[in-house]
Amino acid sequence: MLLLDIVSGVLLIFGAFFGLSGAVGLFKFPDFFTRVHAASVTDSIAAILVLSGLILQTNLDLNTAKLLFILIFLLITSPTASHVLAKSARHGGLLSMPEKEQKKEIES
Amino acid sequence: MELLIDLVLLAMLALTALRIIFLKDLFAVVMLFSIYSFLSALIFINLDAVDVAFTEAAVGAGISTVLMLGTIAITGRTETPPTKSKLLPLLIVVVTGAALIYGTLDMPPFGHADNPVHEHVAPRYIEESPKEIGLPNMVTSVLASYRGFDTLGETVVVFSAMIGVLSLLRLRKRDADKNPESGIKAHRVLQVIAKIVIPMIILFALYVQFHGDFGPGGGFQAGVIAAAAFILYALVFGLSNVFKVVGPKFLRILAVFGVLLYAGVGVYSMAMGGNFLDYNYLAENPLSGQHYGIILIELGVGITVFAVMLSIFYAFDSQIERANIQ
Amino acid sequence: MTTVLAAVCITILVVMALALARAFNADTVYDRILGVNMFGTKTVLFIAVVGYLMGRPDFLDIAIVYALINFIGMVAVLRFFEYTAPID
Repeated sequence: MLLLDIVSGVLLIFGAFFGLSGAVGLFKFPDFFTRVHAASVTDSIAAILVLSGLILQTNLDLNTAKLLFILIFLLITSPTASHVLAKSARHGGLLSMPEKEQKKEIES
Repeated sequence: MELLIDLVLLAMLALTALRIIFLKDLFAVVMLFSIYSFLSALIFINLDAVDVAFTEAAVGAGISTVLMLGTIAITGRTETPPTKSKLLPLLIVVVTGAALIYGTLDMPPFGHADNPVHEHVAPRYIEESPKEIGLPNMVTSVLASYRGFDTLGETVVVFSAMIGVLSLLRLRKRDADKNPESGIKAHRVLQVIAKIVIPMIILFALYVQFHGDFGPGGGFQAGVIAAAAFILYALVFGLSNVFKVVGPKFLRILAVFGVLLYAGVGVYSMAMGGNFLDYNYLAENPLSGQHYGIILIELGVGITVFAVMLSIFYAFDSQIERANIQ
Repeated sequence: MTTVLAAVCITILVVMALALARAFNADTVYDRILGVNMFGTKTVLFIAVVGYLMGRPDFLDIAIVYALINFIGMVAVLRFFEYTAPID
């Protein structure tokens, strides 16, 4: 039981760490597409770690199933949302940082 | 810890509200409104009001965001600057706000056990409802049985909301047959994912509908979640496709059916010799009578809410698609 | 274990606050959507962790609703952009 608690605690802490690093990336990264990358890190790895940390605390009942449902659902939908958002930004004419610099060079 | 979470969430809520006031881009306002609903639902969770949080998350953050976006798509995205003087409205708002704050000074202390709320009918519900109704989720007992009459009124209000919206925004079948060109319809990834996700959402809606006696949830939330599944289908595949599954006429019949089912349970219990909506007379044993009654009226609420939410969405979306065709 | 859960809970709150700040002041409209989306997914985790912190695992139902609603909201936003091109 103690071992499970330790593993679960480690998973939770790592999950929180990745969540925080993604949030910092949301401010530090230079253009929109890299920021999508930072945000989707928190959606995938942080969600996996935190939810599996919580799954280890259940004793195989309805709550385990619910947590698994949330995990699967997030793993399906959040990458899709990131992808669709990035694609939509691309169609909307948003340029990445290297492209912007290239454009500037051509103009100057 | 709970107090800390409450304070942080309330601070975020206040900041969001302030930011909304100063934004001119209505799209950003809608986005922040959805955050606002998420935050208020979180506060409800922290206050242990799980059923209310459920409703707020499903209706406030889900359906109303979709409907507000629809409204902006029809009307335009920027706020018109006010032409009249702001002084008088500001004065009225300040005076009203000051009066309200002054009014709170007479309120009993926060969370005190002797407060009038805790001494009115709540103790009776808490002590008697396990014996009289026997459901683990006391909120459902109060909502569907003790306050069954109020809930019937709420269902009728939801129903009349649909009548109001449909009489303002006419839905034209002829236009809906044409399928406007839409980039999202060519979006393969979204289509595949939507096909996976929609059954999960409907399954969860059914769970919420029929598990509402035991845990958080019930007809209202389930109806909204089921409607959200069809809204997702309409968003990804287009209105004309979703009309093949549930047409607007069928939805109108469903909405009426839900209200009639609810009222019918009441009339039936009168016919069995009890009062209106007195479920004790629905079966030999009063306890199982209560259970039958609650399941039936929750189903009525669920069906009506589902039909109304989806009809309102249809009305908005057919306007958008028509504007897009022209 | 409670301390770990409390610490994780506070960290997620901080992440939510950062996402909120991003949604408040965004360079482009897409950044704002990104902030809102991240706020939504972090609330799902927050509710799950708070449920275990307070010993009320029935909060998980609401976490599921959040996950569902957040996705539908995102799809609605992107559909909206089909009809009105972003200003900035």
